[in-house]
Amino acid sequence: MKHQALPPEFSVIRNEDKCIQCQACVRQCGFDVHEYDEEKNQVCANETNCVNCQRCVMICPTKALSITNNPNHYRINHHWNSVHIQNISRQAATGGVILTGMGNDKPMPSYFDRILINASQVSNPSIDPLREPMELRTYLGAKPDQIKLTSENGQLKLAEPPPPQVRIETPLLFSAISYGAISLEVCETLARAATELGTLYNTGEGGLHKDLYQYKNNTIVQVASGRYGVNHQYLNAGRIVEIKIGQGAKPGIGGHLPGEKITRSISETRMIPEGTDAISPAPHHDIYSIEDLRQLIYNLKEATNYQKPISVKISAVHNIAAIASGAVRAGADIIAIDGFRGGTGAAPMAIRDHVGIPIELALAVVDQRLREEKIRNRVSLLAAGGFRSSADVIKAIALGADAVYLATAPLIAIGCRLCQKCYTGKCSWGICTQDPYKTKRVNPELAAERVSNLIHGWSHEIKEMMGGMGINSIESLRGNRAHLQGVGLNEKELKLLGIKYAGEAI
Amino acid sequence: MLLEGELRIPSGCAISGMINRRGERFSGEAVIKSIALMHDRSNGLGGGFAAYGIYPEYKDYYALHLMYMNQSCRDEVESIIKDNFSVEVEERIATRNHKGIVKPPNLWRYFVVPKDYKIHESKDSEDDFMAAITMEINVKFNGKACVISSGRNMGAFKGVGYPEDIGEFFRLDEYKAYSWVAHGRFPTNTPGWWGGAHPFTLLDWSIVHNGEVSSYGANRRFLEMFNYKIALQTDTEVIAYAIDLLVRKHKLPLELAAKVLAPPFWKDIDRMSNDDQKVYQSLRTIYGSLLMNGPFSIILGFPGGIMALNDRLKLRSLTAAEKGDLLLVASEESAIREICPNPDRVWYPRGGEPVIGRLYEEVTI
Amino acid sequence: MKKVYANPKHCVNCHLCKVYCIAAHSKSKDVLKAYKKENLKDTARIIVEETKTISCGLQCRHCDEPKCVASCISGAMRKDLNTGIVFCDPSRCVGCLTCVVACDYGAVQPGPDGKALKCDLCKDLGEPACVANCPNGAIAFLEKEDE
Repeated sequence: MKHQALPPEFSVIRNEDKCIQCQACVRQCGFDVHEYDEEKNQVCANETNCVNCQRCVMICPTKALSITNNPNHYRINHHWNSVHIQNISRQAATGGVILTGMGNDKPMPSYFDRILINASQVSNPSIDPLREPMELRTYLGAKPDQIKLTSENGQLKLAEPPPPQVRIETPLLFSAISYGAISLEVCETLARAATELGTLYNTGEGGLHKDLYQYKNNTIVQVASGRYGVNHQYLNAGRIVEIKIGQGAKPGIGGHLPGEKITRSISETRMIPEGTDAISPAPHHDIYSIEDLRQLIYNLKEATNYQKPISVKISAVHNIAAIASGAVRAGADIIAIDGFRGGTGAAPMAIRDHVGIPIELALAVVDQRLREEKIRNRVSLLAAGGFRSSADVIKAIALGADAVYLATAPLIAIGCRLCQKCYTGKCSWGICTQDPYKTKRVNPELAAERVSNLIHGWSHEIKEMMGGMGINSIESLRGNRAHLQGVGLNEKELKLLGIKYAGEAI
Repeated sequence: MLLEGELRIPSGCAISGMINRRGERFSGEAVIKSIALMHDRSNGLGGGFAAYGIYPEYKDYYALHLMYMNQSCRDEVESIIKDNFSVEVEERIATRNHKGIVKPPNLWRYFVVPKDYKIHESKDSEDDFMAAITMEINVKFNGKACVISSGRNMGAFKGVGYPEDIGEFFRLDEYKAYSWVAHGRFPTNTPGWWGGAHPFTLLDWSIVHNGEVSSYGANRRFLEMFNYKIALQTDTEVIAYAIDLLVRKHKLPLELAAKVLAPPFWKDIDRMSNDDQKVYQSLRTIYGSLLMNGPFSIILGFPGGIMALNDRLKLRSLTAAEKGDLLLVASEESAIREICPNPDRVWYPRGGEPVIGRLYEEVTI
Repeated sequence: MKKVYANPKHCVNCHLCKVYCIAAHSKSKDVLKAYKKENLKDTARIIVEETKTISCGLQCRHCDEPKCVASCISGAMRKDLNTGIVFCDPSRCVGCLTCVVACDYGAVQPGPDGKALKCDLCKDLGEPACVANCPNGAIAFLEKEDE
């Protein structure tokens, strides 16, 4: 038998008492699940197509819908679970690579969930952020080891200008998501929110659309292996230029934008032909070794007149400490490390789920190695890869990060529910699609407010937790591992993270 | 059970300090009286003093004060000392029996200079050489032996007991100094450890500290990049090393170093003049990891002066007063008035504003 | 006066404006009861035009010189001189539907009971229900100087 139909993954449960046949679900579903039967005056569901994106559930005015896992079970088998059976069956039919979207969803060990945060008591008062100033302002860029001052007529001055610094008002930035993977409306949403918050968003490898140049004060422009959209104007449009060596979701391979998603606008922005797949090469074809990276970094510094910090984004992989150290010595001003929970618009599932290491460990070992080599001051460290809450952020900063890159969280704020079908371009929420019927579903003004709200909420929570630790300035939290303790971690894990076990004397 | 030295003990305390800016030297009786008034701020598990100008006849020698918990440590440490330094004098530190002081360790004093060829070999300055040796000893002996002070024409005296008892024990009434700094400790643990008492010293710097450094982890990991070996597991250590790095190594004026430890808020920096803004912004971005977070009041002693400083939010008490040539600072106004009933001026320094008392320019010591 | 203005750029074609318009004009003011008990389906006073990828909610413009009022033979169509709202009084409407023909905007529709059906800016409620419930800010209740 060539074709073997797979049972639907999900069941659509419609409470007929509540359904008013308004057909909002029919119109909003991006996967052609709901249909109105005129004869029966009933909306019914073609469940095979359902990907559990939750758009219909959200839009239904009477909350008549819910999506569950299809109660049809394969026989329980902890080794050959249903995901494996489905994937093998699909590959048998098509011979292709199983693609997926967003970040690793498998139950790998989480370190953030096994690290706890300190609070001060008795000998050290906790501080109330509503009463005392609590400072989150962060400057990204290389710092010299020593300040050089001079005096002119009794006025103290800097003897030499410091290396370029970029100021952000909160240690949260928006990570790289390319125009192409997402719609222009979502790019604009992130740009607006970044502007309102006093932080930065990252263009990803999709280039910078001309309508977004107005947000250049809050933009990080990325130079990825495909060099999409990279020209002199582009490089000077950002506050920071980031070289993307890898991303956490798919270390070792490049970006992938299927031809269906390449419209006229994307073709113009990326400077590539319409309709053909845009597959970024795995390495930059001019970076085959560390000295080549140094060359590119300095090319970019020359092109931007040494006015902008240059960031290097690397995936968290096995030799991350040495790679990071090399990148610092190659001249990077910022190093962004993307852990294995990082999201993507399209990646082979096998790579997304099995390649790369957790950001907690990567960050800890990189920070420690750079300090041992006495070069930590030369870069700001950004951590990325599945940060879910302000608690995750505090832990990352205490482990050594200067700031944290967020991508999945703001997308969830806009509406994403992680159905992982981004690569189809059919996103019902209008987020990762170029279909004009759907892209309108993100109203940048409203969506930017939601994203802003999220970051404001997290920033306030960070202040509360800092205050609880007796800290009123973020630089005192950076690398301060004494405020973290672990539970359920073994000796090796504690050692790598550089923290003690909960209850241990400090 | 882990002893202090192997783990950090937070503590609350009392501090007091004074300087005669004319350089006139006086005995330790006054500062002992001052700190004794604040008896209830301590719990008898630590007290200490630092004094400047007490060894005028040996002022060009480093005065090493050491404590040894047992004889074998002493032998080992002395061999390190004799290997690296020419020893001019080697003697016990004079003490008197005191019922409040139980089982004191061996207390020794050496006046030394580094051997020339050692300096040539290491290519360090004399100060760097001495600092490295003291840090090496403190780390290596892990509490069983420790360098109490290693400065010139100054010394620290400290141990387990109420500060006034420690003062009597060390016969501080017999010394004459132009500035004194004192500390009483309330550690939140027993047993007390002689090495854990304040002041903490490095070369000529001495620090007494009331508070807890919440930024300790960040401060420590920054200082380690500059070759400071953090051994004694007390918060005070990072403050001393930070001052040493900023003032001695990076040549910042002391007032600016205070602004690194307790910097102005960003909202205040935003309102500064252009030049000032650039300077303070750079100070905070370059030395952000030396910001001392958490409540503190400290008194720093150094040749020629003292500095008192509060954290930015002034979460510990600190009062200052002046009478003629005398500048006094203490945790409580009563401790000042105990020895100086009618000061010319009394004030409460603001959070982050240093109070610095220096010998007048024309004074030489 | 404040009117409802539509922005096709943000309309997602969900038709929820119609659902809440119906609920707002029902007796129970509850969506479920309005549809299931009161049978008010197809009585929305806002019309959603959709063509290919563009859609937009349209309703009565509450004109300064309303043609429907001029054409009304029974005086059911009226303009409230205080609020400016043009509305139909169903007790007087005889179902001639002249207003449907007269309206330049096609904003008046024949209702299932044969009487004229059109937007009354939710005059008894405060904020128009369509604006309050649009999930994407595609319609707004605004004062505009020129029209």
